[in-house]
Amino acid sequence: MTFWKLFARNRSAVMGLVIIFLIILMALTAPLFFPADPFSLAGQPMSPPGENGFLLGSDSLGRDVAAGIAHGAKTSLLIGLLATLVAVFVGVIMGALAGYYGGFIDNLLMRATEMFQTIPSFIFAILLVAIMKPSIESIVIAIAVVSWPAVARLVRGEFLSLRGREFVQACHTIGMNDIRIMLAEMLPNCLSPIIVIGSLMVATAILIESGLAFLGLGDPNIMSWGFQVGAGRTLLRSAWWVCTFPGIAILLTVLAINLVGEGLNDALNPRLRERT
Amino acid sequence: MSQSSKRIRYVLKRLLQAIPIILAIVVLNFFLLQLAEGDAVDVLAGEAGSATPEYMAELRAKFGLDQPLIVQLGVYLKNVVMLDLGYSFRHEMPVSQLVFDRFIPTLILMSSTIVIAVGFGIILGLIAATGLNTWRDTAISVFALITYATPLFWVGLMLIVVFSLNLGWFPTSGMENFAMFYSGWDRVVDIAHHLVLPTITLSLFYLALYTRLMRASVLEQQGEDYVTTARAKGLTERRIVFVHVLRNALLPVVTMAGVQVGALIGGSVIVESVFAWPGLGMLAFEALFSRDLNLLLGIFLLSASLVVAVNLVVDIIYSLLDPRIEVS
Repeated sequence: MTFWKLFARNRSAVMGLVIIFLIILMALTAPLFFPADPFSLAGQPMSPPGENGFLLGSDSLGRDVAAGIAHGAKTSLLIGLLATLVAVFVGVIMGALAGYYGGFIDNLLMRATEMFQTIPSFIFAILLVAIMKPSIESIVIAIAVVSWPAVARLVRGEFLSLRGREFVQACHTIGMNDIRIMLAEMLPNCLSPIIVIGSLMVATAILIESGLAFLGLGDPNIMSWGFQVGAGRTLLRSAWWVCTFPGIAILLTVLAINLVGEGLNDALNPRLRERT
Repeated sequence: MSQSSKRIRYVLKRLLQAIPIILAIVVLNFFLLQLAEGDAVDVLAGEAGSATPEYMAELRAKFGLDQPLIVQLGVYLKNVVMLDLGYSFRHEMPVSQLVFDRFIPTLILMSSTIVIAVGFGIILGLIAATGLNTWRDTAISVFALITYATPLFWVGLMLIVVFSLNLGWFPTSGMENFAMFYSGWDRVVDIAHHLVLPTITLSLFYLALYTRLMRASVLEQQGEDYVTTARAKGLTERRIVFVHVLRNALLPVVTMAGVQVGALIGGSVIVESVFAWPGLGMLAFEALFSRDLNLLLGIFLLSASLVVAVNLVVDIIYSLLDPRIEVS
């Protein structure tokens, strides 16, 4: 069966994919529907949803909650994707080297991942962003730093099991160099688990980003869902909508990505599907 | 060798293995401190309003900040061993004292969360696995899927809106009502009352995790040979699940509970700052606002050490549950 047919068998994964497309669409069309700066005063402050021309209400400074959500979508998706790409890139290199060469590099890597498993990763991310000053770059770096060890461990395991296989030995025999064997021969053989762990990592990265922004560690120039919830928490008593809707946006996005991740897992690892 | 001396040797070995990890975290801490803009003297000068360059140089010499990096690292290591984590200029208190003062509330919150999350996770996972593909299984899986995707801070705020502001069942923030001067049992009840919402919030995410883990673990155990044997013996399904499968399925959940403690501490930063729970997480939130890096690093160090300690305890419990581990 083709990949798409396998993927489409999982209905919740297809639903997740549809939700992700809608959120991407929202991020792309945000400048069309809400051309004004989402930080700007758009009308009567503290308007409940549906009143004064605010679909989802406004906050204490008269900022449009709906505009914030539309513009925040780009921030969440961008940071989630970028941080995951960096983490996967670093993780693949480290894991491949450790799994392929073993020995000292492997030892060093395993000690490092052990340490990273011990460190409370969210507090470490907070520390890194606080030290580097909040910005898109520092947030991406911080999330990538706490996320790469999981990828490295996975890739190391895959490379360890591939190392002794015949096709790799054949490559050695014909005199192929190490880098080419790793990149062109071994890496394509462990792409599926990397794709699965990467897709689930985007969801985690979005959750970490929203948590950082909630604590006031978001990029101050860019609207994000976590910032909206954080800014609205003092208004809980008088304006519940300011916190509620951005939170639902985070929930839906993360849920949709997790569903797609599980769908990918089912479609790419048919053996696993039978077990659960 | 006797069984108990083997066990002691195992515990000692694990203790020794924990030392390099702690050491690595301390060194990491030191370099993070170096990475930050400005040093303690800049902070002091900033606090004082103005300082001449000569005075600042003198202060740097006094604190040893003009020494080579490796010497400073040595001094830092020595200080950490003596439990001296530096000084918080914002709170005008040694960091170690601040951190230890706020340790107990975090410990209370984390213990109640672990009990609730692991306990209910085991029950829900078991229900889901024994009723595989029934409505109970689907309902529990959907619940786990949604709570797994929900940001903690949002759950906390929504619980406050519903249960504190609208229903008035629970207080919105804090750990106890100081104005009432409760003591003894009344104080315990008061703290427990304040503890309900933060615990539910922090539990939800981990509850989802343990539920999924327990479900998978029970399903895996049900395929084992001993289950077939038990069935062939004519044991009831109930007896097979509760006497045979349950204890074997628990092992991976116990391990995971240990691994997840680090994440739990991270989550408590968010939950404590939502509910103004006066623990380490709240302290970290305050430190962020006042740009008190020394304090933040102290919290980081203590929480990492806590994870090492908990993992050690889990390993020891594990070796009691599963005697095969010691031998290897």
